[in-house]
Amino acid sequence: MSPRRFYLAVTVALALGAPLAVAQDTTGNAVVEDLRGEVPLTEEMAAPPVYKEINDDLRRARNYPEQPPVIPHNIRDYPITLNANKCLTCHTREFTAQSQAPMISITHFMDRDGQVLATVTPRRYFCTQCHVTQAEAPDLVQNDFAPIEEIMRTLRQKQGDGETENAP
Amino acid sequence: MIRRLWRWGWGLVLDIWFVLRKPSVNFSLGFLTIGGFIAGVVFWGGFNTALEATNTEKFCISCHEMRDNVYQELQATIHFTNRSGVRATCPDCHVPHKWTDKIARKMQASKEVWGKIFGTINTREKFVGMRRELAEHEWKRLKANDSLECRNCHNFEYMDFTRQNARAAKAHGTYLAAGERTCIDCHKGIAHQLPDMKGVPGWDPSAAELSDPANAPVIEIARALRALQPKP
Repeated sequence: MSPRRFYLAVTVALALGAPLAVAQDTTGNAVVEDLRGEVPLTEEMAAPPVYKEINDDLRRARNYPEQPPVIPHNIRDYPITLNANKCLTCHTREFTAQSQAPMISITHFMDRDGQVLATVTPRRYFCTQCHVTQAEAPDLVQNDFAPIEEIMRTLRQKQGDGETENAP
Repeated sequence: MIRRLWRWGWGLVLDIWFVLRKPSVNFSLGFLTIGGFIAGVVFWGGFNTALEATNTEKFCISCHEMRDNVYQELQATIHFTNRSGVRATCPDCHVPHKWTDKIARKMQASKEVWGKIFGTINTREKFVGMRRELAEHEWKRLKANDSLECRNCHNFEYMDFTRQNARAAKAHGTYLAAGERTCIDCHKGIAHQLPDMKGVPGWDPSAAELSDPANAPVIEIARALRALQPKP
């Protein structure tokens, strides 16, 4: 075997072997793990449970100022189409008096150049792009998010500790 | 020509009348009364059975216009797919339950037979094009009978407001309780997709404002300003 052929063979072997090294099932056969989890392709995966939407109409605090407020009510079958937008039948400025719902914010009237229009701008029309309902469900992905005031409190505490250490 | 046709038609009516007026020669009174009674039962039963057969979901979706459009839209909604397995089928909402109203609606439906024969909505495009008009017919009907077909199941008297969420309890406790609004005023498009809602009160804010007499002066000014603008 010429050196060139040898390198080619090694490269091909590595390329084929690399994905197989990712995961192995109980019988030692290689499986590729993806969003399906460890269920083989040939088997049907059990559907994850569907959690009930929170429907208590209580406004939630935002975790950060720019967070789109979450929806504290059921929105099943609410159409948001070119023809009709059910959300706006309560949250649009003109209807808030009778519905007592919070008005969509003024930013929703601005086009991308900051020009304020008379009504909701097309780019803000599809509510559920940003605003979502809530459910009592375990986190899909673990994260260590902390709101800004908590971070500042921690920092201040650390600073405070530092000062006492440095104090004579 | 017309006179001859008239004479022929009138002659036929008179002939039938004379036959009906003549007492029976061959049949006994018992046969005629009992036979007539049985024939009546059979006719009436047959009529109502046939009528009821047209009041089934199966009948409605035997036409592709209904099966491919409105039936598909219904299936995702709460009136079709829900936890308790109660299902509202087409006639529950679209056919009155009281006999006289039902017959009246069935007579109206002859227009729909016409539409079926001449293919008024035999393509998706035609259906979508007519959706607003068709929806308005149903809104008008439900508005006129105070949403009777909703109330056949959803009785205001039986509503437990403590089991409703705050918004629903408030809306039902004010607008619905006072009779200011009826179900269909707010619950449009709950079982089917909505048409373009431009100009529909409660959906199009500009429609609500136009109908509000308090805004009349502003609208007048806007009209006057528009009239002043140079025409392109």
